[in-house]
Amino acid sequence: MQKRNKVLDTTLFIVAILLSIAFIFPIVIVFINSFKGRFFISDAPFSLPTSETFVGVTNYIEGLVKIKFLSAFGWSTFITVFSVIAIVICTSMTAWYIVRVKNKWTSMLYYAFAFSMIVPFQMVMFTLTKVANTLHLDNPFGIIIIYLGFGAGLSVFMFAGFVKSIPLEIEEAAIIDGCNPIQTYFLVVLPVMKPTVITVAILNTMWIWNDYLLPYLLIGTEYKTVPVAIQYLKGGYGSIDMGAMMAMLVLAIVPIVIFYLSCQKYIIKGVASGAIK
Amino acid sequence: MEKTLAKYFPVFVLPTLIAFMIGFVAPFIMGIGLSFTEFTTVSDAKFVFLDNYVKAFTTTGFLDALWFTTKFAIVSVLSVNICAFLLALLLTRGMKGTNFFRTVFFMPNLIGGIVLGYIWQLILNGVLAQFGVTLTYDPKYGFWGLVILMNWQMIGYMMIIYIAGIQNISDSVIEAAQIDGATPFKIITNMIVPLVMPSVTICLFLTTSNAFKLFDQNLALTAGSPSDKTVMLALDIYNTFYGRVGWEGVGQAKAVIFFILVAMISLPQLVTTRKREVEE
Repeated sequence: MQKRNKVLDTTLFIVAILLSIAFIFPIVIVFINSFKGRFFISDAPFSLPTSETFVGVTNYIEGLVKIKFLSAFGWSTFITVFSVIAIVICTSMTAWYIVRVKNKWTSMLYYAFAFSMIVPFQMVMFTLTKVANTLHLDNPFGIIIIYLGFGAGLSVFMFAGFVKSIPLEIEEAAIIDGCNPIQTYFLVVLPVMKPTVITVAILNTMWIWNDYLLPYLLIGTEYKTVPVAIQYLKGGYGSIDMGAMMAMLVLAIVPIVIFYLSCQKYIIKGVASGAIK
Repeated sequence: MEKTLAKYFPVFVLPTLIAFMIGFVAPFIMGIGLSFTEFTTVSDAKFVFLDNYVKAFTTTGFLDALWFTTKFAIVSVLSVNICAFLLALLLTRGMKGTNFFRTVFFMPNLIGGIVLGYIWQLILNGVLAQFGVTLTYDPKYGFWGLVILMNWQMIGYMMIIYIAGIQNISDSVIEAAQIDGATPFKIITNMIVPLVMPSVTICLFLTTSNAFKLFDQNLALTAGSPSDKTVMLALDIYNTFYGRVGWEGVGQAKAVIFFILVAMISLPQLVTTRKREVEE
């Protein structure tokens, strides 16, 4: 019995290794091809660079210049960081309020937020763009408000779920000690909500960083985020500079992998507990 | 406390509420309204009642996209969930390197749809080049390309949910079954599967709604080629809005139908999640 298990274990271990290789393979291929000349990529992506096809970092330089990758990276970072901060602070405050203050308005609000979670972006795509244009929110600052508004549903829903589990006594004690609601919120409630703060922050970071359509429609002509800049490489008639494309894909993946490896514990936990949308 | 807090409405709720009105409520209501009108810029809307809905169903494109998306959803939901469940079983046996494997399998999920699309365009075109064709030569290549891409992206995510479900099963239950002489296969089919049913429900809803909403991957991988045969619902709506002047109303009508479809898939999920919260 013991022996058979060992054989099984070794087999499964090898299977797992092979699967891991299969999962990493596409990324490795992109990486390898980013060092090959643009005309040697499409036909034979699986061959290693030779002295004839190797071009060093030419593709990277070409890509960086062509789509202004660094500026795209800057805008992506700016929009993601500030949208996530705004979402975490505003929606957690709102969630606390609508759970603690019970009346028909707050419960109506709660259902409105929950409802917005099941509405796909295409439903509001056109009208949202018009509204944002009219209100002059079609810039990297205004888009933060749009992200807060369109993303509020999921975040309020998750925070509200957590607030319900916080015992009222803690907050009442703070009030008796002379805290006003703002102090109570920042000194007592927010620290208790830390696990949900991390989950909400991670889910929204993943969404906003990778989002293509909203930044493209709203600010795409003037301010390109990373996904918009990469799609822009495709050009008008489907002719792609494959070399620059490979290099830019690598530059788009590397920060994500670093971010993932440095806080994967939180990411995996956050994704598992935020599996709603 | 409730009374004191109630006065702080402008601080706690107003900022979110204003953003919510701008970013969701107003566009949503306008969207419903405009689906019954003909317009190019919102302000020139002319009431046409159900014309747009009739056009959505009678012109080519939408129904083809609906059929393509449904086929895609069925195939990818099944394959993603079967693979994810098997991987979860594999990674809950206390095997060496479990953490490493979990890290690797989950990683593609963090990469954005546009980037994923171009990665797989390279790989699949490279494979198809051996047979002298490309991804956009035949719609079936695009279809299976999207299925493979979806699997690569979603398996790790669903695996994480299944792992959490399996780990919730107490060891003593499994041990008792082993002592009673149950084979490993019996343990999986008769014990683990029924006990992780809640996770299965979550995963099925999540993959189905994600399959229906797929857009970025579709745009980057094939952009609908050849001749719009691999256009999914979300891309068809996008093309109707921005590809044909005068068809914005039809695009909006399609968007409303799309919303109803996605809502029907996601609503049961939301209700169960909320119920579970209440029970806790």
